[in-house]
Amino acid sequence: MSIPLAEYGIVPTPLVRLERVGPPGVHLFAKCEWHLPTGSVKDRVAAGMFAAAKAEGRLAGSVRLMEPSSGNTGIAIARLARLNGIPFTVLVPDNVSSERTELLRAYDAEIELTPGELGSNGAVRIAEERARESGELMLHQYDNAANPAAHEQTTGPEIVAQLNSLGYGPPDAFVASLGTGGTLTGVARHLRSIGASTSIVAAEPPVGEAIAGLRSMDDGYVPPVFDARLLSTRMLIRTGAAIQMTRRLMSEEGLFVGPSSGAAVAAAIRYSERLPEGASVVAVLPDAGWKYLSTGIYEGSVEDAVAATEGTTLW
Amino acid sequence: MNATISLPTILRPYADGARKLDAVGSTVGEVFSELAGRHPKLAEQLLSPDGGLPVFVNVFVDDEDIRYMDGLDTGVGERTEITILPAVAGG
Repeated sequence: MSIPLAEYGIVPTPLVRLERVGPPGVHLFAKCEWHLPTGSVKDRVAAGMFAAAKAEGRLAGSVRLMEPSSGNTGIAIARLARLNGIPFTVLVPDNVSSERTELLRAYDAEIELTPGELGSNGAVRIAEERARESGELMLHQYDNAANPAAHEQTTGPEIVAQLNSLGYGPPDAFVASLGTGGTLTGVARHLRSIGASTSIVAAEPPVGEAIAGLRSMDDGYVPPVFDARLLSTRMLIRTGAAIQMTRRLMSEEGLFVGPSSGAAVAAAIRYSERLPEGASVVAVLPDAGWKYLSTGIYEGSVEDAVAATEGTTLW
Repeated sequence: MNATISLPTILRPYADGARKLDAVGSTVGEVFSELAGRHPKLAEQLLSPDGGLPVFVNVFVDDEDIRYMDGLDTGVGERTEITILPAVAGG
């Protein structure tokens, strides 16, 4: 199904050229997702899942919504739930920055904290169990085809159209940070559907020493929405490198972004070294920096900032 | 040989608590086989019974996922850093 975009406030976000942080000879572009209604890329995903649930009649009657989220998805769903008068409970790891829980409260979401040491994996398991018992509707961004479909229908076509208006064809490389894998999977599907041979590059956050929440490797989780076969490569971006690039985006490009944006641009620059002169690269910048001010990543030494974020869910 | 393997917290008990181990071998597969001699329980976690990489194990050679390189045949040289991480989701 296609998302009724206007109804959900999904507008094309700016694609801006990064003039200073990139290597010479490569045309590096940033997709600025904080221009969406709640300030993150997740407004697309929430709109897609909400529209699909509505079309299937699952939002009728006395439905209650519940979702595990470390922040942005919960905030985006909270907005739609409130606009539609649907009660919403979000399960949030207890080690996320306070701005995220404050925003959720502002949107009237009920917050239940889950032990941060269980990580996102543990929160998903708790939520799945809870949904079975409570009958609450979990849109389940990790296992909902509407998540990548939202990117296939909006993010992908927007990028191609915006590059086209600047005189470029489809990008030579597309880079996004990996969470659910929805952005990478959806945009890659659109690019393949138009016959583009774009390299698809994932920026992987390092698993925090304290927050993996796993008892064994068998407790791992690969989100069903993530189609890893579409990737060209997957690069591990260390927290220090992500923070460093986040700061450079602020000081050199004037973009105040969150750490997953720094990770995506760091991966884009690393991948650019393999591309020929004149290649175009698009990186997704998922959100702005506001929600991370209290984490201390914008001040002091990078080493201290990395140490301060140890044991927290940074993105 | 200066190549090293970094282990995630949950695998350290299988390697007597070590965070890092020396890597011996010219490919990731050879490194893991050599590990099987020193730390057989660790090797069991890193290789599935069919000799492949378990689905929830991600191996990065110099911070790049070997599934998109040459898999277990990915080369290991001097100063290569092999990082092992569990597959987890974010968002």
